[in-house]
This record gives sequence, C-alpha cells and structure tokens, in this order.
Amino acid sequence: MSRYFTTDHEWIDVAADGETATVGITDYAQGQLGDIVFVEVPASGTRIEKGGDAAVVESVKAASDVYAPVSGTVSEGNPALEGDPSLVNSAAETDGWFFTLVLNDKGELDGLMDETAYKAFVAGL
Amino acid sequence: MRYLPLTDTDRTAMLATIGASSVDDLFIDVPEFARLTGPIKGLPLHAPELAVDRHLSALAKKNRAAGDGPFFLGCGAYKHHVPASVDHLIQRGEFLTAYTPYQPEIAQGTLQVLFEFQTQVARLFGTDVANASMYDGSTACWEAITMARRITKRGKALLSCGLHPHYVSVAQTMARFTGDVLDTAAPALTAETDIARLIDAIDSETSCVVVQYPDILGRIEDLTELAAKAHANGALLIAVVTEPVALGALNPPGEMGADIVVGEGQSLGVGLQFGGPYVGLFGCKDKYVRQMPGRLCGETVDAEGKRGFVLTLSTREQHIRREKATSNICTNSGLCALAFSIHMTLLGERGLRELANLNHELACIAADRLAQIPGVRVVNETFFNEFTIALPREARPIVRTLADAGVLAGVSLGRLYPDVENLKNGLVIAVTETTTVEDIEALATALTGALA
Repeated sequence: MSRYFTTDHEWIDVAADGETATVGITDYAQGQLGDIVFVEVPASGTRIEKGGDAAVVESVKAASDVYAPVSGTVSEGNPALEGDPSLVNSAAETDGWFFTLVLNDKGELDGLMDETAYKAFVAGL
Repeated sequence: MRYLPLTDTDRTAMLATIGASSVDDLFIDVPEFARLTGPIKGLPLHAPELAVDRHLSALAKKNRAAGDGPFFLGCGAYKHHVPASVDHLIQRGEFLTAYTPYQPEIAQGTLQVLFEFQTQVARLFGTDVANASMYDGSTACWEAITMARRITKRGKALLSCGLHPHYVSVAQTMARFTGDVLDTAAPALTAETDIARLIDAIDSETSCVVVQYPDILGRIEDLTELAAKAHANGALLIAVVTEPVALGALNPPGEMGADIVVGEGQSLGVGLQFGGPYVGLFGCKDKYVRQMPGRLCGETVDAEGKRGFVLTLSTREQHIRREKATSNICTNSGLCALAFSIHMTLLGERGLRELANLNHELACIAADRLAQIPGVRVVNETFFNEFTIALPREARPIVRTLADAGVLAGVSLGRLYPDVENLKNGLVIAVTETTTVEDIEALATALTGALA
C-alpha cells in the first residue's frame, strides 16, 4: 500500500491492487482546524472529480471543503464519523478516514506528494 | 458623543493630504449624469430647527396611529400590549448597543438571553431546536425553503395559497437567483384551505410544502396528514406562524409533524413600528440542525466548571463558510429577540395561555357581531384572533370610508391581491387584547353605515 498527499492536506492510501483507495485529511490539517464537530462524507456511488468537492469538515471555527485527490467513484463514506467526528482529531490518518473510492485513472497519482515531500511541504508553511 | 465641527481649514487640510483639489474631485468616478447638481426639488436648502419641528409635527398628525381609536389591522403585524418593563429593560446599557456582542468573555448576559430565547421559541413551535433569531418572518420562510432544498436535494417548493402574499413575494424574488421552482396559488373566500390540493400535488420533485398556521385568512387546519404525506414522499413540511400568540391556544406545528417552523415574533415585545424592525423565529427538528441558517447559542462550562454560554453553531454563515455561506438573509435581530424573550418571560406559560384565550374570546365577539350586519358573511369556520369577512361589495373603498370616520377596519384582500378579482370583497379583521367591546361596536356601527 502506498500513501500520497496533496497540497490541500488530504492523504490517499492506494491499495496493493492499485484499483481502490482510502482518503482522509492529514494530522496537520486536523490540528489547524481545531475541534472537529461535524463531517459530511459522500454517499457511495458518488462520482468525484480530481480537485472537486468531495466532503465537508466543520470545526468550531470553520467549515472547510475536502477535495478529491484523484477522480473516482465513492465506494463508502466512513460511517463512524457521523456519531464521532472527533475521530478526525484523534486519528486523522487512520480510523478518521473520510471515504474509500475506486480509482478512475492511476496516472492521476503521479502529481501527488509522498510522505517525505509532504513533510517538507508542511515544514515550509 | 462629541460634536466634531468641520471647518474650511480642516477640509482644506484633508484635501491637501490626499491630493484632491476639491470635494467634487472625490466623486470623479461617479458618472456626471448620476451626480446631483442643484438642490433637491421640493426641499428647501435650510430651515430653522423650530420650523422643521413644526412642519414634521404637522406631517405626523396626518397619520392615524394604531392607538388612536378602534384598530383591526393584522395580516402578519399585530397590535398587542407590550408591558412598559420590556422597553425599560431592553434600553439598559448592557443590552442596547449597535454592536452585536457575541464574545463570550464579555457578553454572557446577551448570550444567556439568546439561549433562553431559543428555548422559548423551540417550546412554542414544538421543535427540538431554535436558532438565535432571524431578520424577520418572511426571510426566515425563504431560508427554510432553501434549507429544505439542501436536505432533500430537490428544487420544487409547494406554497399554500394561505401563505402571506408578501412572504410568497420574498420567496419569488430570491428564487429568481437560485432556480427554485415555487408552486403557489391565490386563496379563495372559502372556509376550506388548500390542504387537499397540497396533498395531491406532492411528488418526487417536491422539496417542501409551506403552510401558514393560522393562514392569511385566519383559517386553522390540522397539519398532521399533510406532514405524513410530505414525509412519505421524501419532502419536508414547513409551517409559518405570523401570530405567535396563537400558539398559546393551538397545537404547535412541530407536534403535528412540521420539520421546520418559522415565524414572525413581532407580536411579543415588539411594537408595530411602521413595519420593522421585526424578529424572525426559526426552529427545526434536531436531525436537521446542521442545515439550519443563522446561529445557535449553547450552554457549556468554563475551565473552572462554571456554567456559561457561547455561540456554538453557525455553520451556514459567512464567517465560518466564507464564500460558500448558504444562509443569506438571516441577520440576527438581537434587540427585538431580547424584547420577545422578556415579554415571554413576563407572561410565562400560564400568562401566554390566558393572553391567547383573551385574544380568541374578543375575536369571537367581533365575528358574532359582524355576522349580524346585513350582507356580511364570516368566511372562517375556525380562527384564532383574526378572521375574514366577505362584504357585498369591494372592501378597499369601505376601509377608506371607515378610516375617515376614525375606525381602522382591517386589511382588504384587494390590497394584498390586487390582481385577484374574487378576493376584492374580502376583509381580514384582527382582534387582540387591546381591542375593547366598544371598539368592536364602533366597527360594526361604522360598517353597517358604510354598507347601507
């Protein structure tokens, strides 16, 4: 499994088969947002475009869009976030995932950062 | 506040600082045709203060104020008795401010009032939650329609023919920019409402059904079946209350299944004030709270465990969502909400019930008395403090005749619906606790005379 990052602070884990992936926001992003009180995840079957709105995350001070790192079709929104949105604060890059999707085009991953590049990107902010 | 004079020296210094040679230079970007060049037509350049005072007093005397005699105007704005203590309390320096004081560190009193206001509105409406007030009833109604669209992801709203035409008009104006489809009709001078039409019209495209309760003619319907039909089709029921005192006597819409209840709170604590500022009320079911416009005040504890209040939810608003804000006309009417809340607190539950009963009893007396006038028919079978009568001829000139005789008789439907022929004989009569039996007799006598 390989993990990629976007400049909008989303992470995407691509499964070993290269066909499916899991998306969430980074630990850095959740730290910036503060206490997260609500997450709106996409319904399964939703077709999303790379860079388009995919989910909404609300903290006590801001509501932010989560963009799709790549294009695809949503297979599942994380049901755990409905009852416990603070999972994003406590486990942003594990249990606090937002949705899974079936990739349209693996080539779209090429423009994304790996963990080292993302760390350097965040350090420069 | 200090008076700061503006001398020629001051003006010259300011112009020199910004590099302009004259005041007119500052308006250079305004096209010449749009600039005023001479004095305003009909307005003198100046007049002594005393003369202005006399002139304006003379103009004011041309008005016939609501308290000057028998008064039966309603249709969304009602003359109720507001206790003197309401005005006194809202004018305390802690409350009366041009600023909206929401910072929890310095505004605990304001926030606690909003918290209590929300509680009162939610209980009155029978909804799980209510927000900290809106601009007014009509804009709250539109916000409810857009909220229903966000929830259902559908764009067709069914508006009852009993919805106030001004509320319909606000929705139509806004819908021009959002693309929502509004299905509406004018009412008829009948005891029946259009609940059956609405039930038939609900389909898979319907986002919501909007009904007024009591409606524009004062009619009252059980909304339970309509709510069930709307829900069965995946649509929401929005109830609009323009006379909240009615809920001291009637079942709250939320208990009949309404998903969103909005209203105008002017009746409690807020005077007629020539039509504003008023206060919009907004409540909904708990499961829709995240889609609610405006802001919500919550109770919490501080670092020392002491009870405190904060604004907790305003996720549709500009400061949270920026350019993607989805509530656009939800200005919190802080001071009017405070007046509402103080009046409600002074009344208490029992007081509100008694006030409602008094309103209804007087309205019954008025309806019975007017029904005795030859040619006059009371349209309603049910009503609270407002009902509609059908006259043997057009109501507008009769209202004018009665006004000249010192009786403000009511709102003619011809004024509200100038294009609807079969409504022009309709007159909506509102009666409140401020109406006396003598007022009712004066109306009946004057109307009998005008129709003779």
